[in-house]
Amino acid sequence: MSDAITTTGLVKEFGRTRGLDGLDLTVHTGEVHGFLGPNGAGKTTTIRILLGLMRPTAGTATLLGGDPWTDTATLHSRLAYVPGDVTLWPNLSGGEVIDLLGRMRGGFDAKRKAALIERFDLDPTKKGRAYSKGNRQKVALIAALASDVELLLLDEPTSGLDPLMEEVFRQVIVEFSREEGRTVLLSSHILAEVEALCDRVTIVRAGRAVETGTLTELRHLTRTAISAELSGPVDGLATLAGVHDLRAHNSHVSFDVDAPALGEVLRHLTDAGVRSLTSQPPTLEELFLRHYDKAAAR
Amino acid sequence: MRGLFSGTGSLVRLGLRLDRVRLPVWVVVLAILPAGTAANYKSLYPTERSLQEVSGVLTNPSLVALNGPLFKVSLGALTAWKIGVTELILIALVAVFTVVRHSRAEEEAGRLELLGATVVGRYAALTAALVLAGGTAVVSGLLITLGMIGTGLPAAGAVAMGLEMAVTGLAFAAVAGVAAQLTESARAASGIAIAVLGGAYLLRAVGDTGPTWVSWLSPVGWAMRVRPYATERWWVLLLPLALVCGCTAAAYRLVGHRDLGAGMVAQRPGPASAAPSLAGPLGLAWRLQRGLLLAWVVGLALGGAVMGGAAHGLATSGTFTDNQQLMDMLARLGGPKGIVEAYLAAIFGIIGITATAYTVQATLRMRAEETSGRLEPLLTTRTGRLRWAAGHLLFALLGTALLLAVAGVSAGLAYGAQAHDIGGQVPRMLGDALVQLPATWVLAGLGVALFGLLPRLVAVTWAGLIACFLLLEVGALLGLSQWLVDASPFAHVPKLPGSAFTVTPLLWLLAVAAALFAGGLAGFRRRDIG
Repeated sequence: MSDAITTTGLVKEFGRTRGLDGLDLTVHTGEVHGFLGPNGAGKTTTIRILLGLMRPTAGTATLLGGDPWTDTATLHSRLAYVPGDVTLWPNLSGGEVIDLLGRMRGGFDAKRKAALIERFDLDPTKKGRAYSKGNRQKVALIAALASDVELLLLDEPTSGLDPLMEEVFRQVIVEFSREEGRTVLLSSHILAEVEALCDRVTIVRAGRAVETGTLTELRHLTRTAISAELSGPVDGLATLAGVHDLRAHNSHVSFDVDAPALGEVLRHLTDAGVRSLTSQPPTLEELFLRHYDKAAAR
Repeated sequence: MRGLFSGTGSLVRLGLRLDRVRLPVWVVVLAILPAGTAANYKSLYPTERSLQEVSGVLTNPSLVALNGPLFKVSLGALTAWKIGVTELILIALVAVFTVVRHSRAEEEAGRLELLGATVVGRYAALTAALVLAGGTAVVSGLLITLGMIGTGLPAAGAVAMGLEMAVTGLAFAAVAGVAAQLTESARAASGIAIAVLGGAYLLRAVGDTGPTWVSWLSPVGWAMRVRPYATERWWVLLLPLALVCGCTAAAYRLVGHRDLGAGMVAQRPGPASAAPSLAGPLGLAWRLQRGLLLAWVVGLALGGAVMGGAAHGLATSGTFTDNQQLMDMLARLGGPKGIVEAYLAAIFGIIGITATAYTVQATLRMRAEETSGRLEPLLTTRTGRLRWAAGHLLFALLGTALLLAVAGVSAGLAYGAQAHDIGGQVPRMLGDALVQLPATWVLAGLGVALFGLLPRLVAVTWAGLIACFLLLEVGALLGLSQWLVDASPFAHVPKLPGSAFTVTPLLWLLAVAAALFAGGLAGFRRRDIG
């Protein structure tokens, strides 16, 4: 499997502050890759380096087999980008901006453009200054999706969309990525969106990638909540490695357990005799909050 | 009612914080110019006789068209005459920019919405903007008065001069207050207010050289007719004050009747798809820059016609050519040979600097596109950085050439029509105007160099242009050292008509401009965007 994006040890300094601190990121060709992290973690900086808008202080970035800084023109005809904060020209209509960006990208499919305008329910005759944030984002999304590209770089593209449009966005991305060899890098804060769309996820914190993997792999890294009704009292549960927040009431116990310790803990419970047991897989929210909290605590 | 104004104090303090360098610099410049001019005239024309002589020259229609009439032969009146127009235009511009920056520009950027949700009343932003601009005008007026009293001239004239400037600042602040309510874009609001200023200047020029009543239609004309140091007419101050009241009331009425972010001129829907011409950086630059260029074309066509038209009156009334001392004095104002030619050379010098304001605007549009975030998506297409920059720079360079050509042709037509020599005058004045082009390109080069190498300091380009203007207008007068005067590219332009045309300085200017462009564009290719 080839990679659409690879960065190794990416460092970007802004004066005295470090925006990126050795970021490694690999996005396989053909996948939808979630890019997550708290505000200011370095997501946008990474994307701007991948787009050749910034040069890294150190480290390397490869995009579609080329160097994003030197091979800009050839690479840019193969990708499209949607910024998180879309600003439009006040005196150009949305339709004009879509056509302009499409033409500058090397052409676009007029039929697809019309279909996207229909699906996103956009009025293309409004002038730039009259659009709301969500509508400006729609303009940028339609402009990006109307072109025939193999890589989409999306920087929090749905932060202004209503739930209905968010659903349209998901369908459109699924359709886009269904075709062979098309890759999406999606920076997002909306976990349901990431869960619905992404094959793999990278979590960044303070300019570094702290976790990468499929959602299933990442779930393994966190705790499962167990609640059990036992035949008799159980001893030593509290001292087992990996058990947290134990609450026992007569024969009822509930606790959280780290994924690696799950087998050992279940054996312990079975020895005591299990009458009923529920286990809840970790939610994505918990996964992210754990990482985000660490960022806040730093 | 009180709630409508709440938060004004905080906004004024915020504005003072944001403009803590800009406004004091302006106030100091405005305060120094008149006193400096007076001090210099004092040493240039120490005797009553020398004053009489020079004043005789100054009553000719061409200089009256430029600077207004000289109301009396005295040191004070001569100072007020020489520096009055410059000072009035500067103080009006400061007022306009201050009001628009603190009202419509904030609103357009969405920052006012952020504040509007706090305890800031509906009228607070407009009030704060007017207070800031009005305060600047009043403080400037006060310092002008103190400076003029300091030169030892009569106090009444000093007070009249300070008041004249202060009320003109107030008047244009109020005009800008109205303009800021009419459109949704700060650029357009400044444009409207500056067009009013330009119109006022031209009306005055027409009235001062023709039917006098026309000057009484112009706020610039009113200000001059306060006549500092020439039997002051205090009641004339009531006219700009009435304008202040009228425009302020109108501005508040308009604020009360519109939504935040909206203008009075309703938006029309645009086309659903782009015209074939809107396909790349050049097509986009055309859409973004054409309105500005068109406004300038109209302005310079009018300005050139008025100025050129006034020149002919000079040719018929000039009787000063045999007075060597006066010719020397006139040489300072522009060129060495013949009053008409000296006048025209001075005019084309002023037209050159004026057109450069467009050059700088068009050049710095690049930075505005970048900081607003609109450049970023464009550079993620196949369009390279240099191709994008070329779109805007084409307008900066060739747009300026067009403006100078328009000014030259319209001046030639107006002058030639009276002299019955259109065929000869139009091409001659076209050349006289276009000779300014290399100097304007140096300023464009300064803008490009800053944009590429020190993008945060692009506004310094404006400071450079204002310095060129002041050096041209009063540099020689203030007796500044030659190397400082020579720092302005406009100092090296052959003073046409009148002097011999020499190509060497123009080539040097082109070389400097080319070097600045090359350095700036190389820097822009290498730097981070945003």
